[in-house]
Amino acid sequence: MAERITRDEVRHVAGLARLRFTEAELDELTGQLAAVLDHAADVAALDVTDDVTDVAPTAHPPALTDVTRSDEIRPSLDRDEVLAQAPVRQDGQFRVPSILGEAP
Amino acid sequence: MTALDIASAVAAGERSARSVVEEHLDRIADRERDICAFNHVMADEARAAAEGIDAAVARGDEVGPLAGVPVAVKDSLCTRGTPTTCSSRILEGWHPPYDATVVERLRAADAIIIGKTNLDEFCMGSSTEHSAFGPTRNPHDLTRVPGGSSGGSAAAVAAGFAPLALGSDTGGSVRQPAALCGVVGMKPTYGAVSRYGLIAFASSLDQIGPMAVSVADAAALYEVIAGLDPLDSTSLDPAVSGPTGRRCCDGVGEQERAAGVEGLRIGVVAELCGTGGPGSEAGVKGLAADVLARVDEAVSALETAGAVVEPVSVPSARLGLSAYYLIAPAEASSNLARYDGVRFGLRVAGDTTAEMNTNTRTAGFGAEVKRRIMLGTYALSAGYYDAFYGKALRVRTLMRRELAAAYERFDLLVCPTAPTTAFELGAKTADPLTMYFNDVCTVPSNLAGHPAISIPFGAGEDGLPVGVQLLGPTLAEVPAGRSALWRAAVVLEQSAADLTGAGPGR
Repeated sequence: MAERITRDEVRHVAGLARLRFTEAELDELTGQLAAVLDHAADVAALDVTDDVTDVAPTAHPPALTDVTRSDEIRPSLDRDEVLAQAPVRQDGQFRVPSILGEAP
Repeated sequence: MTALDIASAVAAGERSARSVVEEHLDRIADRERDICAFNHVMADEARAAAEGIDAAVARGDEVGPLAGVPVAVKDSLCTRGTPTTCSSRILEGWHPPYDATVVERLRAADAIIIGKTNLDEFCMGSSTEHSAFGPTRNPHDLTRVPGGSSGGSAAAVAAGFAPLALGSDTGGSVRQPAALCGVVGMKPTYGAVSRYGLIAFASSLDQIGPMAVSVADAAALYEVIAGLDPLDSTSLDPAVSGPTGRRCCDGVGEQERAAGVEGLRIGVVAELCGTGGPGSEAGVKGLAADVLARVDEAVSALETAGAVVEPVSVPSARLGLSAYYLIAPAEASSNLARYDGVRFGLRVAGDTTAEMNTNTRTAGFGAEVKRRIMLGTYALSAGYYDAFYGKALRVRTLMRRELAAAYERFDLLVCPTAPTTAFELGAKTADPLTMYFNDVCTVPSNLAGHPAISIPFGAGEDGLPVGVQLLGPTLAEVPAGRSALWRAAVVLEQSAADLTGAGPGR
């Protein structure tokens, strides 16, 4: 069973998720996430090494099969219609702030 | 009037589609201010579509199976040129450049889309209180929630704004609001309905489903939206979802009443049908006694109609909720990474792209969506993946196995849809976990990818609707309207009407 989630971990996860929280929000969130994870303790405690060794994970309902299509030219979404929805566009492209020189 | 009554009257030229639309727009004008079922009412588009159908009928052209029937569409489904927000600030003002496949199918069936309905932001919630645009209220009692996340769709049907609605169901989001609003709601088998154009929450769990005033209407809508779609690689072969292109489900109610449930074997899920009180090993914490009483009556009704009913144990149902609240947020954290302020929706400026991403997401997502993204990101993060996400996926395997074993003995299973009737606004927003408990009886079908349907069955002590849930194995809903799942649903619908003196689709 994993240790209870800490405030520092919540702050770290927020960075991974590209979200920012105030200190007060971090406090509240830490408690809420801990409560949900406590409830999930019965799942985390599931012993898959002894009695259920043959229980493989199911990531998806079954019958996931490869789907192929013939490689033909077909109409796609209209570029102007798609770009019209972009917050900032330039020369038929999406414009974003500088990405060079950023911390990874 | 039921949807099927409207469609046949319009097709026969006995009623104009335009008059049908005006009647429903009048009801919306009367009560929408109090109920807030819609994010966007499409009055002009609906009138134009109705006039097109009336012209086709006047010319003697063949019209579609849902000709002139108003349909309320959840705002998680893309409608080309019409705002689609998922009730989130991050998508406010977005006009999708394409229609969802189900929306195309509705138009092809000559149904009339009358508006886009409110939901919990990104379908994350069980009360529609987590909408960025304010809550929807339950038409039966405006101080109560309609359930969620498809609360706007359920309320629209219950208020008579539209006889049919589309919702989407990731952990019960069609069935639970249907139960709380007293309408029929069905989650199809995973893959039976194309997800193309459904804004993704948890891709291995999401399904679009019909909501209606009657079981026959729900079956008719199911038949229109189901089938293979090359644009969704997880959609199933049309051979299993019934022929299309004919008038769907004509007189389906009569046939089903005749076929009934004679000889069907129906299992009562012990883990989801007890209160879990002292001395009771199996059960659901917080399952209300009046809800349980209605389920008992439904079980008796099925027995009276000739079904063989016995208890069945599905032990992993106890773990279903916990597993769901790891898997769904994990998938959501990945799916919602696309809201980065680059290609569509909100952008909040920043000096660098990473700052812009963070500013945009922090301003654009509501508290519940952030909570789920955080939970999912944590459950997938290094050091916790095996303990949480990995274990939850194994629970999913256990549940599929146990349900497969149950379906060797039983044709269908039965349990409540929601643990209580509609609760008061604000009653469960302070504690996320309390809100999550609403989904305890509905998540097993999503985890297994199985179909399930909620049928209104009487009322609780507060006079508010109770829903009874029927579960079936993969594709138990095929053929639409005629398989065991629908037949049992029709029996419950009729029994409920006999008990309360009201008819289905009143």
